[in-house]
Amino acid sequence: MKFILYFLFLFFSVSMGGIGWWLERKLTARFQYRVGPPWYQNFIDIMKLFIKETIIPQGASRILFILSPLVSLSSSLIVALILITDYFFKQNFIADIIVIIYLLIIPSLFLILGAFSSANPLALVGAIRETKQLIAYEFVFIVSLVIVIIKTGGSLFLSEIIERQMLGNIYFKSFSGLIAFILAFFYLQAKLGIIPFDTPEAEQEIASGVMIEYSGALLGFWKISKLLLYFSLPLFIIFLFLPGKFVDIIIKYFLLILLITVVKNINPRMRIKDVLEFFWFFLFPLGLIGIFLAINGY
Amino acid sequence: MSKKKIIPIGPYHPLQEEPEFFKLIVEGEKVVELEIEIGYNHRGIEKLAENKHWDQVTFVVERICGICSTSHPFAYVLAVEDLLGMQPPQRASYIRMIIDELQRIHSHLLWLGLAGHFIGYNTIWMWAWKAREPILDLFELISGNRQHYAMMKIGGVRKDIDPQNYQAIRKTIKELYPTLKMFEKVVKDDPVIMKRTKGVGVLTKEYAISFGALGPTARASGVNIDVRKDDPYALYDKIDWSVVVLTDGDIYAKILLRILECLESSSIILKCLESLDRIPKGEIETEVFDIPAGEGIGRVEAPRGECFHYVRSDGTNRPVRHKIRAPSFMNVATNLVTVCGYTISDAAITLAAVDPCYCCTERGAVFSKSGKKILTGEELIKLSIEKTEKLKRLYQKQNKFNFQNKNI
Repeated sequence: MKFILYFLFLFFSVSMGGIGWWLERKLTARFQYRVGPPWYQNFIDIMKLFIKETIIPQGASRILFILSPLVSLSSSLIVALILITDYFFKQNFIADIIVIIYLLIIPSLFLILGAFSSANPLALVGAIRETKQLIAYEFVFIVSLVIVIIKTGGSLFLSEIIERQMLGNIYFKSFSGLIAFILAFFYLQAKLGIIPFDTPEAEQEIASGVMIEYSGALLGFWKISKLLLYFSLPLFIIFLFLPGKFVDIIIKYFLLILLITVVKNINPRMRIKDVLEFFWFFLFPLGLIGIFLAINGY
Repeated sequence: MSKKKIIPIGPYHPLQEEPEFFKLIVEGEKVVELEIEIGYNHRGIEKLAENKHWDQVTFVVERICGICSTSHPFAYVLAVEDLLGMQPPQRASYIRMIIDELQRIHSHLLWLGLAGHFIGYNTIWMWAWKAREPILDLFELISGNRQHYAMMKIGGVRKDIDPQNYQAIRKTIKELYPTLKMFEKVVKDDPVIMKRTKGVGVLTKEYAISFGALGPTARASGVNIDVRKDDPYALYDKIDWSVVVLTDGDIYAKILLRILECLESSSIILKCLESLDRIPKGEIETEVFDIPAGEGIGRVEAPRGECFHYVRSDGTNRPVRHKIRAPSFMNVATNLVTVCGYTISDAAITLAAVDPCYCCTERGAVFSKSGKKILTGEELIKLSIEKTEKLKRLYQKQNKFNFQNKNI
C-alpha cells in the first residue's frame, strides 16, 4: 500500500515540477510581451524526446554517457521521496539532511561527467564552468545550512527542523534565518541553472554546453531529472526556512518560482569569474555574519 | 600536451543568424587567438546585377540585406545619378532621407535586442523588438512593405509620402522617444550590464583606423567618420544635425552610441518632415531616358557604416560592372583584436558588437586545404566547370558498374 503511495508522491513531484517550470516560462513570456506556452508544454516536450532517436557521438565514452542521466534521475527521485516522506510520515533516519545534500550534488556531478564523456569541446567548456560553479554555490549553501542547524540546536533531522518551526518561530523571520534564506535562494537559482547563473548551458556562447551532445531519451531523462529538481529544491528550501501546512507550502513554492523568474528577467548572464566572485566574496562573508548572528540568538 | 583548445563558433551556431565561422583558440576560458572564415553566404549579386537592366538592379541590390535594405539601393541610385551628373528633386531627397533614417532606427533597435540576447538578457531583446515594431508599421504605411521598401528609383523615389501620413510619422517618433531614453537609462544604470560590457572588447582608435573600421564601430572608438557629414549626399548638408562620437571603444560605448544615434535620427526625421511641409507638393522624380557610357560612385552611411557602390556603363541598358562594398567587410576584421585576451563569454557579445551583416559582405572565395590561397573569378568558373565534369564522369562510372562502388 505504501509503495503505491510513494509512487503517487513521485508522480505528484514530477507534475509539480512541470507546472513550476511552466510558470517560470509563462511569466518570463509575459514579462517580455510574449504569449508563452500552454501548461502542458514541458510534459509533451519530454514525451516527444522519448520517441526521438538517441545519438551517441563517436569518440564518446559510451557507458558514462548513458549512465549519467540515469544516475542523475535516480538521485533526484530519491531526494523527492525523502523530502515527501519526511514531511508526511515523519519517517526519518539519522542525519538525513547530510544525505540530501549529497544526493543533490550527484545530478550536478554526473552532468559534469556526462559532458566530459561526450567528447565535444563546447561540452568541455560547459563542464569546466559547471565544476567551478558547483564549488561556488554548494559551499555557500552549506554555510546557509550551518545557520539552520545552529538555530535548531545542532539537530541534523529534517523533520525536527520542520517541527520546530511549525511550533511558531519560523526561521525566515529572524535576521540570521533571513540571511540563510538569501544564500539558499541564490543557491537555488544557480543549481537550477537559471540566468544570471546559467553559464554552463549558455546558449549564445557555447550552444547549451553540457547538454550539447544529448538527444532523444537520454535528454529526456535529463529533463525529468531537472523537473524533479524544479520541485524538490524549492521544497527543501521551504522546509528549511518557512514550512507550514500543505497548501501553504504549495503557495510558497509558486511564490519562490515567481521570485526566481523576476531575478531571471532583470539580469543578463554573468561571466563565470563574476559568479565565483559573487558567491565567494559577497555571499560567503554574508553567511559568516549569519552564523555569528545565529550563535548569538538573533 | 598543449592546453589550447578550439571552440568553434559557426558555421551554424545559435549565436549567429547567418553562416560564418569563427575559430576561437582558447586557453581555459581565455581566447588567445581568433581565425575568421567567411564565405558561406556568397550569392553572386554583382554578377547578377550585370545581367539586369538599370531599373531592375535597384531591386536586386535591395535584396542583398534584409536589415539595411534601403542603403544598398540608395547607394546604387546615387552611383547612377553620379554617372548621369544629375540631381533628384528636392522632395525626393527628403523622402529618401526619411526612409534612410527610419531604417537606421529600426536596424539599431534590432541590434540592441540581439545584443541583449547575446549577453543573456532576453527581456531587453523582446522589449527592443517591441519598440521597433511601430517603425516597421510606419514603413508599411509609407511604402506598403515592412521590409524591402522599394522606394528608391534612379532619378527620384517611387512613391510620395502622403501629407496625411506626416502626422503618423511624427506621432510614432515622438512616442518612441521616451522608450529610447529608457534604454539609454537602462544601459547607463544597470550594474550587471556595466560589468558585462564596460572595458570589454576594446577597439582602440589606432586599431580602428588601421583596420579601416566604419560606422558605429569606428565612431565608438573616437574616430569621427560619417559619410553624411564628410561627403554629404541627398540633403544632409541642408539640415542641422551632429555626429555622435564616443571614445571608449568597448562594447558599452557601442551600445550607447547606437541608442544615441537613434535619438539623433529621430530628430533628423522630424527636421526632414518640417522641410517637406515647407516645400510645395510636386515632382518626386526626374525621368531618366538614357544612361550614357561612364562611371559613377555612390556612398551612403548605412546603419553599419559606409556602403559603397560603383557602376560603369557602356551606353547599353545594363551596367558592365557593378561593385559593392558593404561596411561589415571592414568591421568584421576588427574582431581579430577585440576578441583576443577576453573570455569566451565576452567573445559572444564582442563578435556581435560590430553588428555584422554577412549576407552584405560575402565574397566568393575558395581556400586551398592549407587555408592560404584565394582564387580569382576566372579560376572559380574553371573550377566549377571542372567539378561539373568530374561529377558527370563519376555518375557515368557508377552507371557503368551498376553502382557497385558505393564508397564514392
